[in-house]
Amino acid sequence: MSLSYHITDKTLSLTVSGDYIDYDNEAEKSALNEALSHKLSHITIDAQALKKWDSTLVVILFNIMQVANRKKIKVSLSHFPKGLERLLNLAMTVDRKPDKSAFIQQPVLERLGQWGIGVYTATGKGLSFIGQTFRSIGRLIMGKAIMRKVDFLFALQDCSWKAIPIVSLISFMVGLILAFVGAVQLKLFGAQIYVASLVTIAMTRIMGAIMIGIIMAGRTGASYAATIGTMQVNEEVDALKTMGIPTTDFLVLPRFLALVLTMPFLTMWADFMGMIGGGTVSILMLDIVPQEYIRYSVNAFGLDNFLVGIFHGLVFGCVIALCGCYYGVNCGRNADSVGVATTKAVVSAIVWMIVMTGLITLACEVIGV
Amino acid sequence: MTKTPIITAKNLSVGYDDFLLMKNISFEINKGDIFIIMGGSGCGKSSLLKVMTGLVPAKGGHVYIEGKNFTNATVSEQNEIMKKCGILYQSGALFSSMTLAENIALPLQQYTHYSAQTIRELVSLKLALVGLKGFEDFYPAEISGGMKKRAGLARALALDPEIVYFDEPSAGLDPVSSKLLDDLILDINQSLGTTIVIVTHELSSIFAIGNNSIFLDGATKSIGARGNPKDLLKNPPSEVVKQFLTRGESK
Repeated sequence: MSLSYHITDKTLSLTVSGDYIDYDNEAEKSALNEALSHKLSHITIDAQALKKWDSTLVVILFNIMQVANRKKIKVSLSHFPKGLERLLNLAMTVDRKPDKSAFIQQPVLERLGQWGIGVYTATGKGLSFIGQTFRSIGRLIMGKAIMRKVDFLFALQDCSWKAIPIVSLISFMVGLILAFVGAVQLKLFGAQIYVASLVTIAMTRIMGAIMIGIIMAGRTGASYAATIGTMQVNEEVDALKTMGIPTTDFLVLPRFLALVLTMPFLTMWADFMGMIGGGTVSILMLDIVPQEYIRYSVNAFGLDNFLVGIFHGLVFGCVIALCGCYYGVNCGRNADSVGVATTKAVVSAIVWMIVMTGLITLACEVIGV
Repeated sequence: MTKTPIITAKNLSVGYDDFLLMKNISFEINKGDIFIIMGGSGCGKSSLLKVMTGLVPAKGGHVYIEGKNFTNATVSEQNEIMKKCGILYQSGALFSSMTLAENIALPLQQYTHYSAQTIRELVSLKLALVGLKGFEDFYPAEISGGMKKRAGLARALALDPEIVYFDEPSAGLDPVSSKLLDDLILDINQSLGTTIVIVTHELSSIFAIGNNSIFLDGATKSIGARGNPKDLLKNPPSEVVKQFLTRGESK
């Protein structure tokens, strides 16, 4: 194989001959590049003696053509095999020039401004979604909402008894861990009996609701985002819109109501299972008799703590359902978007639950609960 | 016989954010036409359809349906106008959690006060019209792609619309199913007088059923040709149109 060339009167004459398979002669390539940097008006490439070739030759010729194109140098090809010429033409065909404006680096201030506008728009969209959901609830109360009972019942089934096994397991384990960690410290003072009080207060006041919130955000919130997001991908949401059916009535309302209604009950169940977990450690490891554990638990149980926990559950239900449905409805139109929507739904639900916990705790401090 | 326009687009611009797909295009669709919106991939056909059905706001200009300004209408006014329109989406867009009967019954329950029995009978009729008699209790996952499109068409026809929009009806169908769907569209057009608007780049369908069309030219962001597709094939107004209508074989 050889790549020979000479320059006469602003014309570069290049001859390719022999076999060009796995051609990778850097020295010849750079010499050719150097030749191309001369002031040229015409390039002729002759391939009469060319035998076998592969992409390593095509790439050299493609680079020459690109340079010629850029410098407006005329190129003449002679005795080229049909396939090679066609391949080069195909590579040189420009279907549509990319929109350069999309790649222009914007100044920092402009990007900051766009970020601000993005946050403002997203906040508006989120608030509008919350408003639409509560308007749908209003329409439901007036008997005007287009919600299928069967969708509500399915959603209710999904976040009630179907969630019980995982809720029971996690809450039991949390109660168990709380009791175990507490017992290690309380034993030092011979006060291990107060494990019952510790578990009861912690579970009923906040831990039960928080654990249920995290479980339901990962389980149900993600499922809401994925289901509605897939409907968006499959154009089902478009079909609803063009039929004039409000998506909040049809898709959000049954899911929102189901979760908001079940969360307080799931919280109560989690409180109970946590106390059972704490009791298991107390009875098996701390030699506390069951009657004593129950007596201390009942004494520690405060209605205010219990109601604060239930209220947390109710608020978390709203947060999880709204986040799941919001990201589902605003999902993009490809499979990747469904994954992104699901992740965002779970993460934002957890973040907002923490924010709401802070606000509720602050409010409880102010009103002295 | 003079034809009456049922849809009119005036100086319509279509796009997303800062990206414009079509600029200031105007066209008319006559009552009873099978109107084809054709063009290469990515030229903005489906986006134009979304603007015409109110799913995406127009970047400029107006769409009039039966003389009423659709682009400037409020959501409730648009819903009122859309009662006269049915849409068949590319994937059929059937609600996967509902049976075919429930899918078709949904717009009837939403917009009519028919009894449950009448709705059941209407659903059976619509399914029979598209050749799916007896499939009432099937779920979308239990039927083939072609059947899903037919069921989607039955739902689009539920309210006896005056206009039916189709987004790439042949996409994903084998040639036989595609031909059957074309025949069905022709039957509906001829028997019910329904105006059909089809977004497609399927040449066999374009020539088989289209009697009026526009060709969207993505490069110039404008209408590259308009008229009966068969006439356009005989006398293409430009090389781009010729290439498109001959699958690039005249090159």
